[in-house]
Amino acid sequence: MNGQTSKKRIWYTALAIAALLALTIVLENVLDPNRNIMVFTSLKKGAVYALVAVSMNLLNGFTGLFSLGQAGFMLLGAYTYAILTIPAASRDAVYYIYNGSAINFSLPELFGGGAVGLVLGVLAALVLAGCVAAIVAWLIGLPVLRLKSDYLAIATLGFGEIIRAVFQWDTLGPVTNGANALKNFPTFTNFNIQNANGETVLRLSTFVAFLLSGICIAIVVLLINSTYGRAFKAIRDDEVAAEAMGINLSKHKRLSFVISSFFAGVGGGLFAMYANQAQARTFTTAMTYEILLIVVIGGIGSVSGSCLAAFLYVAASEWWLRFLDTETVLGNGFQVPLLRNGFRMVVFSIVIMIVVLFFRRGIMGDKELPDLLARRPRRKEGTE
Amino acid sequence: MLKIENLHVSYGGIQALRGISLEVPDGKIVTLIGANGAGKSTTLRTITGLVKASSGSILWNGEELLGKSIDKIIGAGIAMSPEGRRVFADMSVLENLRIGAYLRTDKEGIEKDIQWVYSLFPRLEERSWQLAGTLSGGEQQMLAVGRALMSRPQLMMLDEPSLGLAPLVVQDIFTIIQEINRQGVTVLLIEQNANMALKTADLAYVLETGTITLSGTGAELLANEKVRDAYLGKNG
Repeated sequence: MNGQTSKKRIWYTALAIAALLALTIVLENVLDPNRNIMVFTSLKKGAVYALVAVSMNLLNGFTGLFSLGQAGFMLLGAYTYAILTIPAASRDAVYYIYNGSAINFSLPELFGGGAVGLVLGVLAALVLAGCVAAIVAWLIGLPVLRLKSDYLAIATLGFGEIIRAVFQWDTLGPVTNGANALKNFPTFTNFNIQNANGETVLRLSTFVAFLLSGICIAIVVLLINSTYGRAFKAIRDDEVAAEAMGINLSKHKRLSFVISSFFAGVGGGLFAMYANQAQARTFTTAMTYEILLIVVIGGIGSVSGSCLAAFLYVAASEWWLRFLDTETVLGNGFQVPLLRNGFRMVVFSIVIMIVVLFFRRGIMGDKELPDLLARRPRRKEGTE
Repeated sequence: MLKIENLHVSYGGIQALRGISLEVPDGKIVTLIGANGAGKSTTLRTITGLVKASSGSILWNGEELLGKSIDKIIGAGIAMSPEGRRVFADMSVLENLRIGAYLRTDKEGIEKDIQWVYSLFPRLEERSWQLAGTLSGGEQQMLAVGRALMSRPQLMMLDEPSLGLAPLVVQDIFTIIQEINRQGVTVLLIEQNANMALKTADLAYVLETGTITLSGTGAELLANEKVRDAYLGKNG
């Protein structure tokens, strides 16, 4: 890539992202979030799903490892985040069934509480959430990554189920709160700035969701464009040839698996922040399928595709297609047929089938958004 | 210098190599010819560590290669262009070349060698942005050779570079192999196209069902009665 075009491209991308972040602040402070709940729910959940979809794409799209363990790693991240950030004072209320929590510190309080403690504590908890997921991935990577394609998918799917069962196990109750939800930990709305009277003066919750997810996605993009990323793509394209180039297959597969799980773990922490609670039974296989769908709809091997598809998918399922679930009677007494609880999922399934049958390459294929906007580089620009 | 001694390899009960010994002296082109299933590719794959040997030794500049991992072996200056080209189809020509330099860390040297490969294969420079999968067979073979050269090897092993290519293109590829050799790279060439291989090679070995049955200079084997019968056609 020519030095000038690549530099220009980086500037444009950075500007676009900064503009997007500024827009989230403006939007949230102009529109009343209480009247436009769906808009902000979609934006926040979309940001979280975008990160998890990108982490899955790193593994499935860029390294060619078909793994279905994403919900399991999100669960690890969500629980780590929640357990580390519930305020000490709320612990007895949250863990009332188990007569209090086994862990009695809270990271935001350890960092001195207040605004600084909140920011540092939440960041530290999110990083640790990623680390726990990454360590577990490293441990199960050794046996699991020997498997290929479908078998790997089945093994990781099983892992997700096991994790979910373990976290609901009663014996671990004092730590995980058993089958009950963990709550009262800091969420995105804690980042809204209030004045002395407790009135919100500046809403930053959506901005924080975008910022945290955006930073993680940017790191993944940098990784994909590094020599490691090139090695991942080489493994995806042809394992034998990649090995002949001196690429250590098992080491790189494991690395990709660990990094992907790290960001799924952070995504899990963000999901807990979005949902205001963490509960093992929400991290089902169906959640992994949702993420997989986003990756497929966006285009396997396209980061910007995954991001776009995440927002489209979340907005469609949470917001635009809601009307399909409510029975509607028109003015003249005509009841619209089919519209009733559950019909949304029927329509959704049909949309998915159409995508899989006719638009298999997804929205973006394996291209990125800037590729489509920029003209193709001229041929002679052979050096970077 | 690469020196193989009494190398035995077997896969799942079948003996693929039954004690072969051969030498690849520095700066020479050495070819290994033989029919399908004679064990030619197995020899290459054993040298790069993709296949485990049951006994014997492979010495590279006096150092034992058996038991080393493939990244160590390639880091030691041996490169392989695999059979069937195996370029990374969804990556650009330039990216393919960069992957070839995967184990190197000297950025400037890599940029220089990209230019060096482009000087050897001007066609690749013209197509540096094209996806490798869209190249013609001959161009893909050039890319496979160029990619292997990007690790700056002392020894370059080529597995059937003429496979599936038109005769004129085969001629081009062999000319380039000679050019690479002139620039100081030792070449170990595996071929079914015995005629071209023997004409190009300084030294040649004939491999039959896992044993070396003949060896000599390229010219000697070209003149050899048995070789003419078995690999070159009666009046070859």
